[in-house]
Parts: sequence; structure tokens; C-alpha cells
Amino acid sequence: MSEIVRVEHLKKYFPVQKSVLEQLFTRKKKSVRAVDDVTFSIKKGEIFTLAGESGCGKTTTGKLIVRLLKPTSGRIYFKGEDITQLKHEELRLLRRKMQIIFQDPYASLNPRMTIGKAIGHPLEIHGLARGEEKKGKVLEVLQKVGLTPPQQFMNLFPHQLSGGQRQRVALGRSIILEPEFMVADEPVSMIDVSLRTTIIDLMLGFRKELGLTYLFVTHDLAVAKYISDRIAIMYLGRIIEIGSKESLFKNPLHPYTKALLSAIPVPEPKKKREVIELKGEVPSAINIPPGCRFSSRCPFKKDECAQTEPELVEAEKDHFVACYLS
Amino acid sequence: MPLLEIDSLAVDYRTSRGTVHAVNDVSFFLEKGETLGLAGESGSGKSTLGLSIIRLVPYPGVIGGGQIKIDGRDIVALPEHEMQTFRGTKVAYVFQDPMISLNPVKKIGAHFVELIRTHEPNVSKKEAFERAKTVLKNLGIQPERINDYPHQFSGGMRQRIMIGLAIALNPDLVIADEPTTALDVIVQAKILDLLESLRKAYQMALILISHDLSIILERCDKIIVMYAGHMVEYADGTELHGRPAHPYTQKLLQSIPNIELSDQKLTAIPGSPPDMLSPPNGCRFWPRCSCTMEICRVKEPLLVSIGRNHLVKCFLYGEKGVQSE
Amino acid sequence: MVRIEMKRSMLARIVPGFTSLVKKGPSGQMVIIGMIIVLALVIMTAMGPWIAPHDPSASRVGGIRIPPNWQFPLGTNHLGQDVLSRTLCGGSIMLQVSALSVLLCFAIGVPLGLFSSYVGGFVDSAFSLVIDAVYAFPGLVIAIAIAAMLGPGVVNMALSIAVVYIPSYFRIVRSQVLSIKELTYVEAARSVGAKWYTILSRYILPNVVPSIVVVITINFADAILTAAGLTFIGLGVTYDIPDWGWDLTNGRTYISSGAWWIIAFPGLMIILLALGFTLIGEGLSELLNPKLQR
Repeated sequence: MSEIVRVEHLKKYFPVQKSVLEQLFTRKKKSVRAVDDVTFSIKKGEIFTLAGESGCGKTTTGKLIVRLLKPTSGRIYFKGEDITQLKHEELRLLRRKMQIIFQDPYASLNPRMTIGKAIGHPLEIHGLARGEEKKGKVLEVLQKVGLTPPQQFMNLFPHQLSGGQRQRVALGRSIILEPEFMVADEPVSMIDVSLRTTIIDLMLGFRKELGLTYLFVTHDLAVAKYISDRIAIMYLGRIIEIGSKESLFKNPLHPYTKALLSAIPVPEPKKKREVIELKGEVPSAINIPPGCRFSSRCPFKKDECAQTEPELVEAEKDHFVACYLS
Repeated sequence: MPLLEIDSLAVDYRTSRGTVHAVNDVSFFLEKGETLGLAGESGSGKSTLGLSIIRLVPYPGVIGGGQIKIDGRDIVALPEHEMQTFRGTKVAYVFQDPMISLNPVKKIGAHFVELIRTHEPNVSKKEAFERAKTVLKNLGIQPERINDYPHQFSGGMRQRIMIGLAIALNPDLVIADEPTTALDVIVQAKILDLLESLRKAYQMALILISHDLSIILERCDKIIVMYAGHMVEYADGTELHGRPAHPYTQKLLQSIPNIELSDQKLTAIPGSPPDMLSPPNGCRFWPRCSCTMEICRVKEPLLVSIGRNHLVKCFLYGEKGVQSE
Repeated sequence: MVRIEMKRSMLARIVPGFTSLVKKGPSGQMVIIGMIIVLALVIMTAMGPWIAPHDPSASRVGGIRIPPNWQFPLGTNHLGQDVLSRTLCGGSIMLQVSALSVLLCFAIGVPLGLFSSYVGGFVDSAFSLVIDAVYAFPGLVIAIAIAAMLGPGVVNMALSIAVVYIPSYFRIVRSQVLSIKELTYVEAARSVGAKWYTILSRYILPNVVPSIVVVITINFADAILTAAGLTFIGLGVTYDIPDWGWDLTNGRTYISSGAWWIIAFPGLMIILLALGFTLIGEGLSELLNPKLQR
């Protein structure tokens, strides 16, 4: 299978406002190191998940790949082509092939646009269809995402729909251009549990039908396990473990991954789990400690962990981890 | 006598667009030291139910009927100043979003001192301070941080402070409304463990409100499943998980991904939760139910008993509680 | 055919619009009352020349400074002109000036605000600085200064008032755009490939319009009072057209001698007109804001 997206040493630093005193007396630049040297590739047709807790940089990475943000450094490749520096018209053409759906169904739709107009707008922007033809495509998409009867939904406004329905509209808007790659940023975390499977099933269906490749961003590892082919765990801006779903869940290597997995609630009554305790809190992304960034909380910390940052190495077949313990 | 007894409780929101019957005919009781989970999705009424127990339902909500008895005393019609003596001392509430629930211009020590001295005016400031420090220690927060402001704490720690404020006066009942929704999974586990250990230490009853059925199953003795303002099923955890009776409960359990299973097939529940301003006639779940019968569209089912401490509101179990067909 | 269709569909939307406004409680009722007042005064002024019993500019139609009686229901002024006729016709200049100034304000302030806040950075800071400087001056002072420079006339008056109120539009638009710019649906529009003018016109502007509508009505009210003020101190139109502001200026000397009716009725009209617009504005802002903040 060929590679569709590749990122190399991707970094995104957000500058931080210094206080007046700091501005006068220090020359150091303070930044939030949201994404701090991330490298991975996604194969065509797979569902690749970036998982981690809030603040780990997964959403930022997703937005960087679709070029909603400009990287501080590093490279992004789409189907072999370097898209890091694309501008204007070329970037707009790229947008037809790469799409993103957002977490908050209540905020991702323009409250003043009807559903029909919202879904048809991408076609209009790229001059792909208009009038009756455009309307036809919109109805088709509404049918595909399960908002039936489509004619009825065309003229409704977002505030007349539920969260699950809005997310379907957002999905429809993204697939109407028949993209090849989609970033899904926590698409179901703000939706009721009983409706999540519907959205997930829709997404899986589009993978088959349109040959879509997904980058799935989530903090919910249970959902990640259900839907992914490969998973990468991020911590404080870096990937600390990547592997196939099977190898990651069967044999988690990094202490953080182990702790994360142990903390996930299981829907069984009074289940006794061995929760791995982590000391302290996630350090600030402005002042990342030297050495392994997880070492301050790691129950297995060794001396070398505080010296230099470990790189991702292949511990077993197609299973990489950044840790000195393996 | 049970600690908490709810009898045919109804809570409505009287809005300009119509009346929303947020809670309908809910009855249950809770003994000292027990944990009860209120599970449900948006519009189920679980938060409103929790708020009504402590009489904090926001305007335009009113308690439309029924009784809420704490230690045998009905608090529905209690005058406000008497209710205030209950809050904090008998019943406490942990709110959902720790980011906005603390006063940003008050040190956390001040939060505690104010709380203690409002209910126990004879306690000196110094003594209240010391008690606050003890609470902080039990929460796993360094007591020296008593002079810090809320923004200096992370989300997880703020939630701990909220819990601390709730248990500071040693109430008999704590209601925690989605205490971990805004938090990451590792912090979530810690918070829930903390609640559990404090509960055991202080012998408190806990009502845990959440849309996350996983944590409710894990942590609660008894569970109530709510849908569109109705209590559709009530059972203890093992019974609910092993023999879910209501079609909604069954489908709900099948739509939660379980990290310990491989090759899970999740099912979806078609449709959406109803518009609470104009819910469907009869059983509110019938438009999404795969077992729906003629009678479901017309009449509202009543709670029937189908086993030891297992109640369900569904016509599949007839009038007497035996599964028909 | 198409035009009739459109008119019918507009009516179909307006009538239920009215009834739903009334149902919305005190704020909706405020809007209705305000609109009635404004509409009544506009119609009155438009019909003025036809319904006035006497020529408003004709002097000595009756005696001088005659109090209200059956022949002259609102009395006559110091020049013997019929106050009733002058009151009926006197709103024309004021309405023209305010309408023109609001139009100018809107046409300049809104695009400037949109552009400046969307572009951001240095451009935005520069514009904001200038606009804030203008905003810092008391409105009437600027209006007086500019009117004095430009001289009399409807257009000049409108210009001098417009300058005073452009900052209001700019600031409201800017604050709205700054917050909407960061919202997810704007990000979504960018991700689909929309160009900046599409984003501004179809995603940002429609969501800014509710706040602009409120500013327009309040602006109207202010413009009327400022126009009256300018005329009052002699910087308005000076030719012989009946004008409420003009009557105020000339009538005030006669209060001490008891001829209250000369300024009372024109003054009342000015207040009513400003009140009408204010009611609309206040009512709208109450109606629209809760929806915005949801």
C-alpha cells in the first residue's frame, strides 16, 4: 500500500506573551511547544489514530497536516508532493483532496446558513457544480449521511438539528468534494453515546465507498481501539509509541501507554483494575524538562532518562517506542 | 429509614416556548453509604434530578410534584433559609465544570473558610483554616497551596478542590454531576478513586451522574437509567449489566466500546433523543425502539418489577412484570 | 410575475414577523411601538405639505405669537407663521440629514471595520488608533467643527454627523469580527478552500449584522439630536424651509415672555422621533443579544 501522507520532523511553536519585566530583562523567546518534532506516515486506505490527553498536540498536528496552521519547521508530504509551503491557488486545489471535521458540532456550522447551502458551498467555491446539478449532489449527500428525507433537511438551520445530526452535516460537507484524505478531530466526543456508533459507521462506510484515508484524533482510546488500524500515542508534543492496534493494546511498551490503558474504565460492574499511578501532573509545554519529557512522572525512571530525549526505535515488528527501558 | 427517598418526583421547566417535563414520576431510595449512578444522555433529565435533590434547579425550573425526603423530612416545600442549612451539611453537590465553578478572585483557603464559617459561625478563622488544610491533605494537595488562586491549579486539581468543598462539612450525601467529563482519563481515574476513598472514610452516600455508562458500572452499587425525563430501568450494577431489560439499556450497553474486547461489533441506536418540548406520545423511546408495539405509541408504560430490586418501564414486561411473548 | 411573487413572499414573512415580535414580550413590544412612532412621523412629514392648513413659510397668516386656539391649534410664532403647519412639515430636513449620515456611516464604518479586523496585525492596530482618537472626542464638538468648516447644507450636515459616528460602527463590527474569526465554522470554511472575500461576506458578515442593526437605530436617534443641535447653534440649513431645529433656535427667546408653544411642539417632535428610534434599537438589542450569546 502506498503512502498518502507523510510528516517529517514537524514542529509548531506558539509564541507566548512575556510580561513587561521579562521583555525588558530577558532575550529568551518563550513558546508553547505544541508539536515538538513529530515524524510518521499514513498509508492509503488506513485509519491512523493520534491518541493522547488534552494538550499533547494531536489536534494541532491534525490541523498542520491540512494546512490550517503553518508549521514552525518540518515537512508535510501529500502523495509524495511537498505541501509545506503551498500557497494560494495550489493550496486551494489541495483542499479538495484533504478535508477535516471538527469536534464541536455546535460550532462548526455557520448559524446563518441553511444545511443545503452549507453542504453545497464547497462545490460552489471550487466551481464544480451549480444550480440544479449542485442541488442534486447535495440531496445525494444528505441521503448518504442518513438525513432523510433530504428535501426536508435542505432548508433547516443548524440550531434546528441535534448534535448528532449536525455532525452528519459536517461530514456531508467534507465528503461532497470526494476527498482522498480526512482528518477527524474528536468527531464523536461531544455527541451522545447512543449516536456515536452511527457517526463512526458512516465514517467507516465512506472509507470503503470513497477509498478515504483517515487521520483520527482522539483522547478516547476505547473508540480508538474500535476504529483504528494503527495508533500513535502522543505526549507533550511528541510521539512516544506507534504500532498497529493489535500490538499496541496487547503489548504496550511505553510506561505512559501502560498507565493510559490501565486508567480507561471498562463497562463492567465493579471491575477491579490495576490502575498504574502516575505522580504529579503534565509539565507545561512552555518549560519542557530536559531528557525524556515523561521522566518526571515515570514510575520506572532511570538516570539516563533525564539526560537526553529518547528517539523512536523499532522494538518489535512495526511497533516503535521512544523509551530507554525497551 | 433510608437517607434519601424520592417519591413520584416531577420537575418542569416553564419556558416561553412551552413546558419541558424534564423529570417525570421518578421514585427511588438510597441508604446511608450507598452509591447510585444516574445514567443518561442529553435531555434525559439526570442533571435536573440531581439539582432538584439539593433544590438548586435553575429558573424557569420548578418542582412540579412529588416528594424528596432526606432523613424522613420532605424538603420540597421547605423555606429557603432552612434549605440552606441542609446544603453543605446534609447534602452537597459537585458541579460539572471545575474551570468555572470556583471564584477566580478568591484564594482557595478563603473558599473553605467561608464555607465552614457560614454553617458553623462559632468556629474561629484560625480553626477553619486548619480544617481546610486537613481537607487539602486528604485531597492529595499540598497544604501550603492554601493561599493560591484557582487559576494556579490544573483542571484535575480544581475538581479535587470542588470535591473537597463538597465534603468539608461531612455531608451524608454527595451528588457529583459529571465530575470527570472535562478531565483526561488518567486524572479521571484519580478523581473517582478519591471520591471513593473519601466516601468510605466519611461514610457518605454518593449519587454519580454521568453519560459515561462505563464509569457508572464500575463505581456504583445501584444504577438508574434515564431517558427523556423518565426512569426507564433501575437495578444494581451486576443485574443491569447481566440482564438489561429495557431495549434502550440493552442498546446502550452494546454501543459502548470495551477496551478489553477485540473484534467488538458496536450497534447504533437509530434516530435521536426527542425534542423535550414536544416528546412523542406514549413511551418516549418508541420511535427508536426495535421492539415497539402498538400500545407503546399510545400509552405511557408504568414501572414494573421483574426481579429482586429490578424495575423497568416497558410494555414488553406487561403489567405484572413478566416478559410477554 | 417574479416581482409579485417576491412581494407576496416578503409580506408572508413580515406579517408573522410582526405577530411573533409582539409575542416576544416587552422587548418585542418596544420594537413595535418604536416602529409605529417612527413610521407615523415619517408619514406625517412626507404628507406635510398637503395636510398643513397654512403655508408653513408664509408669515403673518395670523397675529404674532398667538397662543393655541381654534384657528391655529398650536398657535403662531414670532413671525406669525402657523406652528401646526411648521410642525407637520418641519421634520424633512432632519430626516434627510439623519438618513444620509447613517448611510454614510454605515457605508464607511462597516467595510472598514470588517477589513481592518479580518486582516489584523499592524493594519488593524493603525486603523484602531485613528478611530479611537476620533471616538475620544465629544460628538457634538467634532460635528460643530466640521460643519463650521464645510458650511450649511444637507449634505454637509450629514457629513459632519457621519464622521462622529463612524467609530461606533467600526468598533462594534471589529469586536464582533475578532470573536467570530476564531470560531470553528470560519475555520471550517477555510478548510474547504473558501477565499477571504467569501468568508467575510458569507460567514462573518451575516453573523455581525444583528449587532449592526442595533447600532443603526441608535445612530439614527443620535443623528437626529445632533442635527437638531447643529441647527440650534446656527450651523444647519439656513434657507427658509420649515425645520424643527430652526424653530427651537428662534423660539427660545420667547419662553420668558410666555410663548411656550413656539418651541414646545417642534421640540416634542424631535424627542418623539429620537425616542422612536431608541425604542427600536433597545428592543432589538435585547431580542438579538440573548440569541447571540446562546
